[in-house]
Amino acid sequence: MSVSSSASGGAILAGRGGLGGSLSDAFWRKPQLLLFLMLTPPLLWLGVIYLGSLFALLIQSFFSIDEFSGMVVREFTLKTYGELLRPSNLDIIVRTVIMAGLVTIASAVIAFPIAYFAARYARGRWKAMFYLGVMLPLWSSYLVKIYAWKLILAKEGILGWVFDKLHLTFLIDGWLALPIVGGNSLSVSPTGTFLVFVYVWLPFMILPMQAALERVPTNLLEASADLGASPGQTFRNVLLPLALPGVIAGSIFTFSLTLGDYIIPQIIGTSHLFIGMAVYAHQGTAGNIPLAAAFTVVPVVIMGIYLWLAKRAGAFNAL
Amino acid sequence: MRSDRQNRTPMGLKIAAGVGLAFLHLPLLLIFLYAFTTEDKSYQFPPPGLTLKWFAVTWNRPDVWEALGLSVRVASISTAVALTLGTLCAAAISQTRFFGREAISLLVILPIALPGIITGISLRSAFNLAEIPFSFWTIVLGHATFCVVVVYNNAVARFRRLQGSLIEASMDLGADGFQTFRHVILPNIGTALLAGGMLAFALSFDEVIVTTFTAGQQATLPIWMLEELVRPRQRPVTNVVAMVVVLVTFLPILAAYYLTQDGDQISGQGK
Repeated sequence: MSVSSSASGGAILAGRGGLGGSLSDAFWRKPQLLLFLMLTPPLLWLGVIYLGSLFALLIQSFFSIDEFSGMVVREFTLKTYGELLRPSNLDIIVRTVIMAGLVTIASAVIAFPIAYFAARYARGRWKAMFYLGVMLPLWSSYLVKIYAWKLILAKEGILGWVFDKLHLTFLIDGWLALPIVGGNSLSVSPTGTFLVFVYVWLPFMILPMQAALERVPTNLLEASADLGASPGQTFRNVLLPLALPGVIAGSIFTFSLTLGDYIIPQIIGTSHLFIGMAVYAHQGTAGNIPLAAAFTVVPVVIMGIYLWLAKRAGAFNAL
Repeated sequence: MRSDRQNRTPMGLKIAAGVGLAFLHLPLLLIFLYAFTTEDKSYQFPPPGLTLKWFAVTWNRPDVWEALGLSVRVASISTAVALTLGTLCAAAISQTRFFGREAISLLVILPIALPGIITGISLRSAFNLAEIPFSFWTIVLGHATFCVVVVYNNAVARFRRLQGSLIEASMDLGADGFQTFRHVILPNIGTALLAGGMLAFALSFDEVIVTTFTAGQQATLPIWMLEELVRPRQRPVTNVVAMVVVLVTFLPILAAYYLTQDGDQISGQGK
Protein backbone atom coordinates (compact mmCIF):
# COMPACT_ATOMS: atom_id res chain seq x y z
CA MET A 1 0.00 0.00 0.00
CA SER A 2 2.81 2.41 0.92
CA VAL A 3 4.19 3.57 -2.36
CA SER A 4 7.31 5.62 -1.87
CA SER A 5 7.36 8.11 -4.62
CA SER A 6 9.69 10.64 -3.06
CA ALA A 7 12.86 9.20 -4.46
CA SER A 8 11.93 7.91 -7.86
CA GLY A 9 9.00 10.18 -8.71
CA GLY A 10 7.17 7.07 -9.79
CA ALA A 11 3.97 6.84 -11.79
CA ILE A 12 1.89 6.36 -8.70
CA LEU A 13 1.69 9.26 -6.32
CA ALA A 14 1.45 8.93 -2.59
CA GLY A 15 -1.94 9.18 -0.99
CA ARG A 16 -3.09 12.66 -0.16
CA GLY A 17 -2.76 13.83 3.39
CA GLY A 18 -5.49 15.13 5.63
CA LEU A 19 -9.13 14.19 5.93
CA GLY A 20 -10.22 15.86 2.69
CA GLY A 21 -7.39 14.26 0.79
CA SER A 22 -8.05 10.73 1.95
CA LEU A 23 -11.79 11.17 1.40
CA SER A 24 -11.11 12.36 -2.11
CA ASP A 25 -8.87 9.36 -2.74
CA ALA A 26 -11.45 6.99 -1.34
CA PHE A 27 -14.12 8.41 -3.64
CA TRP A 28 -11.85 8.01 -6.66
CA ARG A 29 -11.03 4.43 -5.81
CA LYS A 30 -14.55 3.40 -4.87
CA PRO A 31 -17.04 5.29 -7.03
CA GLN A 32 -19.86 3.28 -5.45
CA LEU A 33 -19.11 4.94 -2.12
CA LEU A 34 -19.51 8.40 -3.65
CA LEU A 35 -22.64 7.30 -5.47
CA PHE A 36 -24.08 5.93 -2.25
CA LEU A 37 -23.34 9.14 -0.38
CA MET A 38 -24.81 11.26 -3.16
CA LEU A 39 -28.00 9.25 -3.42
CA THR A 40 -28.73 8.76 0.27
CA PRO A 41 -30.13 12.22 1.09
CA PRO A 42 -32.49 12.51 -1.90
CA LEU A 43 -33.60 8.92 -1.52
CA LEU A 44 -34.27 9.35 2.18
CA TRP A 45 -36.39 12.42 1.43
CA LEU A 46 -38.27 11.23 -1.63
CA GLY A 47 -38.18 7.49 -1.16
CA VAL A 48 -38.92 7.30 2.55
CA ILE A 49 -40.89 10.43 3.43
CA TYR A 50 -42.75 10.94 0.18
CA LEU A 51 -43.34 7.38 -0.99
CA GLY A 52 -44.04 6.41 2.61
CA SER A 53 -46.81 9.00 2.83
CA LEU A 54 -48.29 7.90 -0.47
CA PHE A 55 -48.27 4.31 0.68
CA ALA A 56 -49.85 5.24 4.01
CA LEU A 57 -52.61 7.02 2.09
CA LEU A 58 -53.20 3.98 -0.09
CA ILE A 59 -53.49 1.75 2.97
CA GLN A 60 -56.03 4.08 4.56
CA SER A 61 -58.28 3.70 1.53
CA PHE A 62 -58.75 0.08 2.65
CA PHE A 63 -59.87 1.17 6.11
CA SER A 64 -63.45 2.17 6.74
CA ILE A 65 -65.27 4.61 8.93
CA ASP A 66 -67.57 3.61 11.74
CA GLU A 67 -70.97 5.07 10.98
CA PHE A 68 -71.93 5.69 14.61
CA SER A 69 -68.76 7.04 16.18
CA GLY A 70 -67.28 8.55 13.01
CA MET A 71 -63.93 7.00 13.95
CA VAL A 72 -61.66 5.29 11.45
CA VAL A 73 -61.71 1.51 11.86
CA ARG A 74 -58.26 0.13 11.13
CA GLU A 75 -59.25 -3.16 9.55
CA PHE A 76 -58.82 -4.07 5.95
CA THR A 77 -62.06 -3.94 4.05
CA LEU A 78 -63.33 -3.02 0.61
CA LYS A 79 -66.33 -1.23 2.11
CA THR A 80 -64.94 2.23 1.31
CA TYR A 81 -64.48 1.30 -2.32
CA GLY A 82 -68.06 0.10 -2.36
CA GLU A 83 -69.07 3.52 -1.11
CA LEU A 84 -67.00 5.09 -3.87
CA LEU A 85 -69.12 3.33 -6.47
CA ARG A 86 -72.38 4.87 -5.25
CA PRO A 87 -74.23 6.76 -8.01
CA SER A 88 -73.60 10.18 -6.44
CA ASN A 89 -69.86 9.51 -6.26
CA LEU A 90 -69.77 8.00 -9.74
CA ASP A 91 -71.41 11.22 -10.97
CA ILE A 92 -68.51 13.20 -9.56
CA ILE A 93 -65.98 10.95 -11.29
CA VAL A 94 -67.78 11.04 -14.64
CA ARG A 95 -68.21 14.82 -14.46
CA THR A 96 -64.51 15.32 -13.75
CA VAL A 97 -63.37 12.99 -16.52
CA ILE A 98 -65.65 14.62 -19.10
CA MET A 99 -64.41 18.06 -18.07
CA ALA A 100 -60.79 16.90 -18.29
CA GLY A 101 -61.44 15.48 -21.76
CA LEU A 102 -63.12 18.64 -23.05
CA VAL A 103 -60.40 20.86 -21.57
CA THR A 104 -57.75 18.72 -23.24
CA ILE A 105 -59.40 18.90 -26.65
CA ALA A 106 -59.96 22.66 -26.43
CA SER A 107 -56.36 23.22 -25.29
CA ALA A 108 -55.06 21.17 -28.20
CA VAL A 109 -57.11 23.17 -30.70
CA ILE A 110 -56.02 26.56 -29.32
CA ALA A 111 -52.42 25.46 -28.77
CA PHE A 112 -51.83 24.09 -32.25
CA PRO A 113 -51.58 27.39 -34.20
CA ILE A 114 -49.33 28.92 -31.53
CA ALA A 115 -47.04 25.89 -31.40
CA TYR A 116 -46.98 25.53 -35.18
CA PHE A 117 -46.21 29.17 -35.77
CA ALA A 118 -43.47 29.17 -33.13
CA ALA A 119 -41.96 25.94 -34.47
CA ARG A 120 -42.04 26.62 -38.18
CA TYR A 121 -42.22 30.33 -38.92
CA ALA A 122 -40.86 32.24 -35.93
CA ARG A 123 -37.13 32.95 -36.15
CA GLY A 124 -34.59 34.73 -33.98
CA ARG A 125 -36.12 37.44 -31.86
CA TRP A 126 -39.68 36.34 -32.65
CA LYS A 127 -38.89 32.84 -31.53
CA ALA A 128 -37.62 34.10 -28.17
CA MET A 129 -40.71 36.30 -27.86
CA PHE A 130 -43.00 33.35 -28.48
CA TYR A 131 -41.10 31.23 -26.02
CA LEU A 132 -41.33 33.86 -23.29
CA GLY A 133 -44.91 34.54 -24.34
CA VAL A 134 -45.75 30.98 -23.33
CA MET A 135 -43.36 30.77 -20.38
CA LEU A 136 -44.57 33.86 -18.52
CA PRO A 137 -48.25 32.83 -18.35
CA LEU A 138 -47.16 29.28 -17.52
CA TRP A 139 -45.15 30.39 -14.51
CA SER A 140 -47.21 33.31 -13.32
CA SER A 141 -49.20 32.73 -10.20
CA TYR A 142 -51.95 30.15 -10.44
CA LEU A 143 -54.25 32.03 -8.07
CA VAL A 144 -53.70 35.34 -9.82
CA LYS A 145 -54.73 33.71 -13.09
CA ILE A 146 -57.93 32.45 -11.51
CA TYR A 147 -58.50 35.86 -9.95
CA ALA A 148 -58.12 37.52 -13.35
CA TRP A 149 -60.91 35.32 -14.65
CA LYS A 150 -63.07 36.20 -11.72
CA LEU A 151 -62.70 39.82 -12.82
CA ILE A 152 -63.45 38.90 -16.44
CA LEU A 153 -66.46 36.68 -15.84
CA ALA A 154 -68.16 38.77 -13.19
CA LYS A 155 -71.54 40.13 -14.30
CA GLU A 156 -70.28 43.71 -14.19
CA GLY A 157 -66.87 42.65 -15.59
CA ILE A 158 -65.14 43.20 -18.92
CA LEU A 159 -66.81 40.40 -20.85
CA GLY A 160 -70.29 41.63 -19.99
CA TRP A 161 -69.21 45.17 -20.89
CA VAL A 162 -67.88 44.12 -24.32
CA PHE A 163 -71.03 42.19 -25.15
CA ASP A 164 -73.14 45.09 -23.93
CA LYS A 165 -71.30 47.57 -26.16
CA LEU A 166 -71.79 45.22 -29.12
CA HIS A 167 -75.46 44.82 -28.17
CA LEU A 168 -74.94 41.09 -27.94
CA THR A 169 -75.88 40.55 -24.29
CA PHE A 170 -78.68 38.24 -25.45
CA LEU A 171 -75.98 35.79 -26.60
CA ILE A 172 -74.60 35.40 -23.07
CA ASP A 173 -78.10 35.24 -21.60
CA GLY A 174 -79.14 32.65 -24.15
CA TRP A 175 -76.08 30.54 -23.45
CA LEU A 176 -76.58 30.78 -19.68
CA ALA A 177 -80.21 29.72 -20.07
CA LEU A 178 -79.08 26.41 -21.59
CA PRO A 179 -79.22 23.41 -19.29
CA ILE A 180 -75.95 21.71 -18.18
CA VAL A 181 -73.57 24.46 -19.39
CA GLY A 182 -75.53 27.43 -18.08
CA GLY A 183 -76.07 29.05 -14.70
CA ASN A 184 -76.91 32.34 -13.02
CA SER A 185 -73.86 34.12 -14.38
CA LEU A 186 -70.72 33.07 -16.22
CA SER A 187 -68.68 32.95 -13.02
CA VAL A 188 -71.00 30.35 -11.48
CA SER A 189 -71.53 28.20 -14.58
CA PRO A 190 -69.72 25.11 -15.89
CA THR A 191 -68.80 27.20 -18.93
CA GLY A 192 -66.81 29.48 -16.63
CA THR A 193 -65.03 26.52 -15.01
CA PHE A 194 -64.17 25.17 -18.44
CA LEU A 195 -62.78 28.51 -19.68
CA VAL A 196 -60.56 28.91 -16.63
CA PHE A 197 -59.27 25.32 -16.87
CA VAL A 198 -58.37 25.85 -20.53
CA TYR A 199 -56.67 29.14 -19.76
CA VAL A 200 -54.62 27.87 -16.85
CA TRP A 201 -53.39 24.63 -18.48
CA LEU A 202 -52.96 25.86 -22.07
CA PRO A 203 -49.21 26.59 -21.81
CA PHE A 204 -48.62 22.99 -20.68
CA MET A 205 -50.05 21.88 -24.03
CA ILE A 206 -48.14 24.37 -26.18
CA LEU A 207 -44.61 23.49 -25.06
CA PRO A 208 -44.52 19.74 -25.82
CA MET A 209 -46.52 20.33 -28.99
CA GLN A 210 -43.98 22.84 -30.20
CA ALA A 211 -41.13 20.47 -29.37
CA ALA A 212 -42.77 17.74 -31.48
CA LEU A 213 -43.60 20.07 -34.37
CA GLU A 214 -40.03 21.32 -34.50
CA ARG A 215 -38.92 17.81 -35.31
CA VAL A 216 -41.24 17.45 -38.31
CA PRO A 217 -39.05 17.94 -41.42
CA THR A 218 -40.35 20.79 -43.56
CA ASN A 219 -39.59 19.01 -46.81
CA LEU A 220 -42.11 16.28 -45.95
CA LEU A 221 -44.84 18.91 -45.89
CA GLU A 222 -43.61 20.35 -49.15
CA ALA A 223 -43.41 16.93 -50.74
CA SER A 224 -47.01 16.35 -49.73
CA ALA A 225 -48.04 19.65 -51.33
CA ASP A 226 -46.01 18.89 -54.46
CA LEU A 227 -47.80 15.58 -54.78
CA GLY A 228 -51.07 17.44 -54.96
CA ALA A 229 -52.40 17.31 -51.40
CA SER A 230 -54.45 20.26 -50.25
CA PRO A 231 -53.30 21.99 -47.02
CA GLY A 232 -56.10 20.17 -45.20
CA GLN A 233 -54.97 16.78 -46.51
CA THR A 234 -51.35 17.52 -45.64
CA PHE A 235 -52.44 18.44 -42.14
CA ARG A 236 -54.50 15.28 -41.66
CA ASN A 237 -52.19 12.77 -43.32
CA VAL A 238 -48.67 14.12 -42.72
CA LEU A 239 -48.44 16.80 -40.05
CA LEU A 240 -50.88 15.46 -37.48
CA PRO A 241 -49.56 11.87 -37.36
CA LEU A 242 -45.99 13.17 -37.00
CA ALA A 243 -46.95 15.67 -34.30
CA LEU A 244 -49.27 13.31 -32.43
CA PRO A 245 -46.72 12.26 -29.77
CA GLY A 246 -46.36 15.90 -28.77
CA VAL A 247 -50.11 16.35 -28.60
CA ILE A 248 -50.42 13.29 -26.39
CA ALA A 249 -47.54 14.44 -24.18
CA GLY A 250 -49.28 17.79 -23.71
CA SER A 251 -52.61 16.12 -23.09
CA ILE A 252 -51.08 14.18 -20.21
CA PHE A 253 -50.54 17.47 -18.40
CA THR A 254 -53.89 19.07 -19.21
CA PHE A 255 -55.80 15.88 -18.40
CA SER A 256 -53.98 15.08 -15.18
CA LEU A 257 -53.99 18.64 -13.89
CA THR A 258 -57.74 18.98 -14.51
CA LEU A 259 -58.44 15.66 -12.80
CA GLY A 260 -56.75 16.69 -9.58
CA ASP A 261 -57.68 20.35 -9.33
CA TYR A 262 -60.06 21.50 -6.63
CA ILE A 263 -59.51 25.23 -6.45
CA ILE A 264 -60.75 26.33 -9.87
CA PRO A 265 -64.20 24.67 -9.66
CA GLN A 266 -64.51 25.90 -6.09
CA ILE A 267 -63.96 29.54 -7.03
CA ILE A 268 -65.49 29.64 -10.49
CA GLY A 269 -68.26 27.14 -10.99
CA THR A 270 -71.39 25.56 -9.65
CA SER A 271 -71.86 23.67 -6.41
CA HIS A 272 -71.44 20.36 -8.26
CA LEU A 273 -68.37 18.58 -6.93
CA PHE A 274 -65.26 17.51 -8.84
CA ILE A 275 -62.93 14.72 -7.68
CA GLY A 276 -60.51 17.14 -6.03
CA MET A 277 -63.29 18.94 -4.19
CA ALA A 278 -64.72 15.64 -2.99
CA VAL A 279 -61.31 14.63 -1.61
CA TYR A 280 -60.97 17.97 0.13
CA ALA A 281 -64.47 17.83 1.59
CA HIS A 282 -64.15 14.24 2.85
CA GLN A 283 -60.78 14.74 4.54
CA GLY A 284 -61.72 18.10 6.01
CA THR A 285 -65.06 18.71 7.67
CA ALA A 286 -66.37 15.17 7.21
CA GLY A 287 -63.19 13.61 8.59
CA ASN A 288 -63.71 10.58 6.35
CA ILE A 289 -60.07 9.97 5.47
CA PRO A 290 -60.67 6.45 4.05
CA LEU A 291 -63.17 7.73 1.47
CA ALA A 292 -60.95 10.72 0.65
CA ALA A 293 -58.05 8.30 0.13
CA ALA A 294 -60.18 6.07 -2.08
CA PHE A 295 -61.11 9.12 -4.15
CA THR A 296 -57.45 9.99 -4.71
CA VAL A 297 -56.89 6.51 -6.09
CA VAL A 298 -59.29 7.32 -8.95
CA PRO A 299 -57.14 9.93 -10.75
CA VAL A 300 -54.07 7.77 -10.17
CA VAL A 301 -55.73 4.78 -11.83
CA ILE A 302 -57.11 6.89 -14.69
CA MET A 303 -53.71 8.49 -15.26
CA GLY A 304 -52.07 5.07 -15.10
CA ILE A 305 -54.29 3.84 -17.92
CA TYR A 306 -53.79 7.09 -19.82
CA LEU A 307 -50.01 6.92 -19.49
CA TRP A 308 -49.98 3.31 -20.59
CA LEU A 309 -51.96 4.20 -23.71
CA ALA A 310 -49.73 7.24 -24.30
CA LYS A 311 -46.62 5.11 -23.99
CA ARG A 312 -47.95 2.75 -26.63
CA ALA A 313 -48.47 5.75 -28.92
CA GLY A 314 -44.81 6.73 -28.37
CA ALA A 315 -45.57 9.99 -26.58
CA PHE A 316 -42.64 9.86 -24.19
CA ASN A 317 -40.09 10.49 -26.88
CA ALA A 318 -41.52 13.99 -27.15
CA LEU A 319 -41.19 14.92 -23.50
CA MET B 1 -31.47 25.44 -53.03
CA ARG B 2 -32.74 24.97 -49.51
CA SER B 3 -36.39 24.21 -49.67
CA ASP B 4 -37.29 25.94 -46.42
CA ARG B 5 -36.42 29.38 -47.75
CA GLN B 6 -39.73 30.58 -49.00
CA ASN B 7 -41.34 30.85 -45.63
CA ARG B 8 -44.53 32.70 -46.24
CA THR B 9 -46.76 32.48 -43.21
CA PRO B 10 -50.40 31.79 -43.98
CA MET B 11 -52.56 34.66 -42.77
CA GLY B 12 -54.99 32.37 -40.97
CA LEU B 13 -52.20 30.78 -38.94
CA LYS B 14 -50.81 34.20 -38.01
CA ILE B 15 -54.20 35.35 -36.76
CA ALA B 16 -54.92 32.14 -34.85
CA ALA B 17 -51.49 32.25 -33.16
CA GLY B 18 -51.92 35.94 -32.33
CA VAL B 19 -55.37 35.41 -30.88
CA GLY B 20 -54.06 32.47 -28.84
CA LEU B 21 -51.24 34.55 -27.38
CA ALA B 22 -53.63 37.41 -26.66
CA PHE B 23 -55.87 34.93 -24.83
CA LEU B 24 -52.86 34.02 -22.67
CA HIS B 25 -51.84 37.58 -21.86
CA LEU B 26 -54.89 39.84 -21.72
CA PRO B 27 -56.21 38.44 -18.42
CA LEU B 28 -52.85 39.17 -16.78
CA LEU B 29 -52.87 42.74 -18.13
CA LEU B 30 -56.32 43.21 -16.66
CA ILE B 31 -54.84 42.57 -13.20
CA PHE B 32 -52.64 45.63 -13.64
CA LEU B 33 -55.63 47.81 -14.52
CA TYR B 34 -57.71 46.68 -11.57
CA ALA B 35 -54.96 47.51 -9.07
CA PHE B 36 -55.68 51.19 -9.74
CA THR B 37 -59.48 51.13 -9.76
CA THR B 38 -61.44 53.36 -7.37
CA GLU B 39 -64.29 50.85 -7.18
CA ASP B 40 -64.10 48.75 -4.03
CA LYS B 41 -67.39 46.85 -3.94
CA SER B 42 -67.56 45.07 -7.29
CA TYR B 43 -65.44 44.12 -10.29
CA GLN B 44 -66.93 46.86 -12.44
CA PHE B 45 -65.44 47.42 -15.89
CA PRO B 46 -64.41 49.96 -17.05
CA PRO B 47 -63.14 51.27 -13.69
CA PRO B 48 -65.00 54.42 -12.70
CA GLY B 49 -61.72 56.11 -11.81
CA LEU B 50 -58.04 55.45 -11.17
CA THR B 51 -56.24 55.93 -7.88
CA LEU B 52 -53.01 55.01 -6.08
CA LYS B 53 -54.79 54.91 -2.73
CA TRP B 54 -54.93 51.12 -2.46
CA PHE B 55 -51.16 50.80 -2.67
CA ALA B 56 -50.88 52.83 0.52
CA VAL B 57 -53.66 50.81 2.16
CA THR B 58 -51.97 47.54 1.23
CA TRP B 59 -48.60 48.82 2.43
CA ASN B 60 -50.08 49.36 5.90
CA ARG B 61 -51.68 45.94 6.23
CA PRO B 62 -49.80 43.77 8.74
CA ASP B 63 -51.53 40.54 7.60
CA VAL B 64 -50.24 40.99 4.04
CA TRP B 65 -46.70 41.59 5.29
CA GLU B 66 -46.89 38.57 7.57
CA ALA B 67 -48.07 36.33 4.74
CA LEU B 68 -45.40 37.71 2.42
CA GLY B 69 -42.70 37.16 5.03
CA LEU B 70 -43.76 33.59 5.63
CA SER B 71 -43.87 32.86 1.90
CA VAL B 72 -40.37 34.25 1.37
CA ARG B 73 -38.96 32.26 4.31
CA VAL B 74 -40.62 29.04 3.18
CA ALA B 75 -39.52 29.52 -0.42
CA SER B 76 -35.91 30.29 0.59
CA ILE B 77 -35.48 27.23 2.76
CA SER B 78 -37.32 24.94 0.33
CA THR B 79 -35.11 26.21 -2.48
CA ALA B 80 -31.98 25.54 -0.43
CA VAL B 81 -33.12 21.98 0.32
CA ALA B 82 -34.18 21.41 -3.29
CA LEU B 83 -30.83 22.71 -4.59
CA THR B 84 -28.91 20.27 -2.40
CA LEU B 85 -31.07 17.22 -3.09
CA GLY B 86 -31.65 18.01 -6.76
CA THR B 87 -27.98 18.55 -7.55
CA LEU B 88 -26.90 15.39 -5.72
CA CYS B 89 -29.50 13.39 -7.59
CA ALA B 90 -28.64 14.91 -10.95
CA ALA B 91 -24.93 14.28 -10.44
CA ALA B 92 -25.52 10.67 -9.50
CA ILE B 93 -27.92 10.03 -12.37
CA SER B 94 -25.91 11.68 -15.12
CA GLN B 95 -22.36 10.72 -14.18
CA THR B 96 -22.88 7.05 -13.49
CA ARG B 97 -24.81 4.05 -14.64
CA PHE B 98 -26.33 1.82 -12.03
CA PHE B 99 -29.24 -0.45 -11.36
CA GLY B 100 -32.46 1.40 -10.54
CA ARG B 101 -31.39 4.61 -12.27
CA GLU B 102 -34.66 4.92 -14.20
CA ALA B 103 -36.66 4.31 -11.04
CA ILE B 104 -34.90 7.17 -9.28
CA SER B 105 -35.53 9.65 -12.06
CA LEU B 106 -39.18 8.59 -11.99
CA LEU B 107 -39.27 9.06 -8.23
CA VAL B 108 -37.98 12.63 -8.56
CA ILE B 109 -40.66 13.53 -11.10
CA LEU B 110 -43.49 11.81 -9.21
CA PRO B 111 -44.38 14.63 -6.77
CA ILE B 112 -45.12 16.88 -9.72
CA ALA B 113 -46.61 14.28 -12.04
CA LEU B 114 -49.26 13.27 -9.52
CA PRO B 115 -51.99 15.86 -8.90
CA GLY B 116 -51.00 18.22 -6.09
CA ILE B 117 -53.97 17.18 -4.02
CA ILE B 118 -52.58 13.65 -3.72
CA THR B 119 -49.20 14.88 -2.52
CA GLY B 120 -50.97 17.21 -0.12
CA ILE B 121 -53.39 14.77 1.42
CA SER B 122 -50.83 11.97 1.73
CA LEU B 123 -48.38 14.25 3.55
CA ARG B 124 -51.20 15.50 5.77
CA SER B 125 -52.34 12.05 6.74
CA ALA B 126 -48.72 11.00 7.31
CA PHE B 127 -48.22 13.96 9.67
CA ASN B 128 -51.41 12.95 11.45
CA LEU B 129 -50.34 9.32 11.76
CA ALA B 130 -46.91 10.32 13.06
CA GLU B 131 -48.52 12.96 15.31
CA ILE B 132 -46.36 15.75 13.96
CA PRO B 133 -48.01 19.13 14.61
CA PHE B 134 -48.38 21.47 11.63
CA SER B 135 -45.75 24.16 11.58
CA PHE B 136 -43.44 26.17 9.40
CA TRP B 137 -41.40 23.02 8.84
CA THR B 138 -44.29 20.91 7.59
CA ILE B 139 -44.90 23.54 4.90
CA VAL B 140 -41.21 23.48 3.95
CA LEU B 141 -41.23 19.70 3.81
CA GLY B 142 -44.08 19.69 1.32
CA HIS B 143 -42.60 22.44 -0.82
CA ALA B 144 -39.09 21.01 -0.98
CA THR B 145 -40.52 17.67 -2.14
CA PHE B 146 -41.88 19.08 -5.39
CA CYS B 147 -39.16 21.72 -5.86
CA VAL B 148 -36.45 19.06 -6.21
CA VAL B 149 -37.63 18.18 -9.70
CA VAL B 150 -37.10 21.69 -11.09
CA VAL B 151 -33.51 21.88 -9.88
CA TYR B 152 -32.94 18.29 -10.98
CA ASN B 153 -34.21 18.92 -14.54
CA ASN B 154 -31.99 21.96 -15.01
CA ALA B 155 -28.94 20.32 -13.46
CA VAL B 156 -29.33 17.07 -15.42
CA ALA B 157 -29.53 18.97 -18.71
CA ARG B 158 -26.30 20.79 -17.88
CA PHE B 159 -24.47 17.72 -16.55
CA ARG B 160 -25.20 15.99 -19.84
CA ARG B 161 -23.27 18.69 -21.67
CA LEU B 162 -20.41 18.69 -19.17
CA GLN B 163 -17.77 16.46 -20.69
CA GLY B 164 -16.31 13.74 -18.53
CA SER B 165 -12.89 14.46 -19.99
CA LEU B 166 -12.83 17.84 -18.25
CA ILE B 167 -13.15 16.15 -14.89
CA GLU B 168 -10.56 13.54 -15.79
CA ALA B 169 -8.17 16.26 -16.99
CA SER B 170 -8.58 18.09 -13.71
CA MET B 171 -7.84 14.92 -11.77
CA ASP B 172 -4.83 14.13 -13.99
CA LEU B 173 -3.44 17.56 -13.31
CA GLY B 174 -3.44 16.76 -9.62
CA ALA B 175 -6.65 18.28 -8.32
CA ASP B 176 -8.45 16.21 -5.74
CA GLY B 177 -12.18 15.54 -5.92
CA PHE B 178 -13.13 18.59 -3.90
CA GLN B 179 -10.89 20.91 -5.91
CA THR B 180 -12.33 19.49 -9.12
CA PHE B 181 -15.81 20.15 -7.83
CA ARG B 182 -14.93 23.67 -6.73
CA HIS B 183 -12.99 24.77 -9.81
CA VAL B 184 -14.30 22.66 -12.67
CA ILE B 185 -17.78 21.28 -12.00
CA LEU B 186 -19.29 24.18 -10.09
CA PRO B 187 -18.41 26.92 -12.64
CA ASN B 188 -19.88 24.72 -15.35
CA ILE B 189 -23.18 23.96 -13.67
CA GLY B 190 -23.46 27.26 -11.76
CA THR B 191 -25.89 29.08 -14.04
CA ALA B 192 -28.07 25.99 -14.40
CA LEU B 193 -28.29 25.73 -10.61
CA LEU B 194 -29.08 29.42 -10.33
CA ALA B 195 -31.84 29.07 -12.91
CA GLY B 196 -33.20 25.94 -11.23
CA GLY B 197 -33.07 27.66 -7.86
CA MET B 198 -35.00 30.65 -9.15
CA LEU B 199 -37.68 28.47 -10.68
CA ALA B 200 -37.91 26.45 -7.47
CA PHE B 201 -38.33 29.70 -5.56
CA ALA B 202 -41.07 30.86 -7.92
CA LEU B 203 -42.78 27.47 -7.69
CA SER B 204 -42.74 27.43 -3.90
CA PHE B 205 -43.73 31.10 -3.62
CA ASP B 206 -46.83 30.40 -5.69
CA GLU B 207 -47.82 26.95 -4.38
CA VAL B 208 -51.27 26.68 -2.84
CA ILE B 209 -52.68 23.17 -3.25
CA VAL B 210 -50.13 21.26 -1.18
CA THR B 211 -49.85 24.15 1.25
CA THR B 212 -53.54 24.07 2.19
CA PHE B 213 -52.92 20.55 3.48
CA THR B 214 -49.55 21.01 5.20
CA ALA B 215 -50.06 24.41 6.83
CA GLY B 216 -51.76 24.72 10.17
CA GLN B 217 -52.98 28.17 11.15
CA GLN B 218 -50.27 30.00 9.24
CA ALA B 219 -51.09 31.71 5.97
CA THR B 220 -48.59 32.00 3.15
CA LEU B 221 -49.33 34.66 0.56
CA PRO B 222 -51.18 32.22 -1.77
CA ILE B 223 -53.26 30.97 1.16
CA TRP B 224 -54.10 34.57 2.01
CA MET B 225 -55.17 35.12 -1.60
CA LEU B 226 -57.22 31.94 -1.65
CA GLU B 227 -59.14 33.12 1.40
CA GLU B 228 -59.87 36.38 -0.36
CA LEU B 229 -60.97 34.54 -3.48
CA VAL B 230 -63.37 32.30 -1.63
CA ARG B 231 -64.72 35.03 0.66
CA PRO B 232 -63.87 38.44 -0.81
CA ARG B 233 -63.56 41.03 1.93
CA GLN B 234 -60.90 43.41 0.72
CA ARG B 235 -61.15 43.49 -3.06
CA PRO B 236 -58.87 46.51 -3.64
CA VAL B 237 -56.12 45.07 -1.43
CA THR B 238 -56.39 41.74 -3.25
CA ASN B 239 -56.07 43.57 -6.58
CA VAL B 240 -52.83 45.21 -5.47
CA VAL B 241 -51.42 41.99 -4.01
CA ALA B 242 -52.26 40.14 -7.25
CA MET B 243 -50.36 42.71 -9.29
CA VAL B 244 -47.33 42.57 -7.01
CA VAL B 245 -47.32 38.75 -7.19
CA VAL B 246 -47.34 38.88 -11.01
CA LEU B 247 -44.38 41.26 -11.02
CA VAL B 248 -42.45 39.30 -8.39
CA THR B 249 -42.81 35.98 -10.23
CA PHE B 250 -41.92 37.46 -13.63
CA LEU B 251 -38.45 38.54 -12.52
CA PRO B 252 -37.04 35.10 -11.62
CA ILE B 253 -38.61 33.60 -14.75
CA LEU B 254 -36.96 36.18 -17.01
CA ALA B 255 -33.66 35.76 -15.17
CA ALA B 256 -33.85 31.97 -15.43
CA TYR B 257 -34.58 32.30 -19.14
CA TYR B 258 -31.51 34.42 -19.81
CA LEU B 259 -29.31 32.18 -17.67
CA THR B 260 -30.20 29.02 -19.58
CA GLN B 261 -30.63 30.59 -23.01
CA ASP B 262 -27.52 29.02 -24.51
CA GLY B 263 -28.82 25.66 -25.61
CA ASP B 264 -30.87 23.90 -23.03
CA GLN B 265 -34.35 24.96 -22.14
CA ILE B 266 -35.92 25.93 -18.89
CA SER B 267 -37.71 22.94 -17.56
CA GLY B 268 -41.12 24.43 -17.52
CA GLN B 269 -42.97 21.22 -18.00
CA GLY B 270 -44.99 19.77 -15.21
CA LYS B 271 -45.21 22.68 -12.90
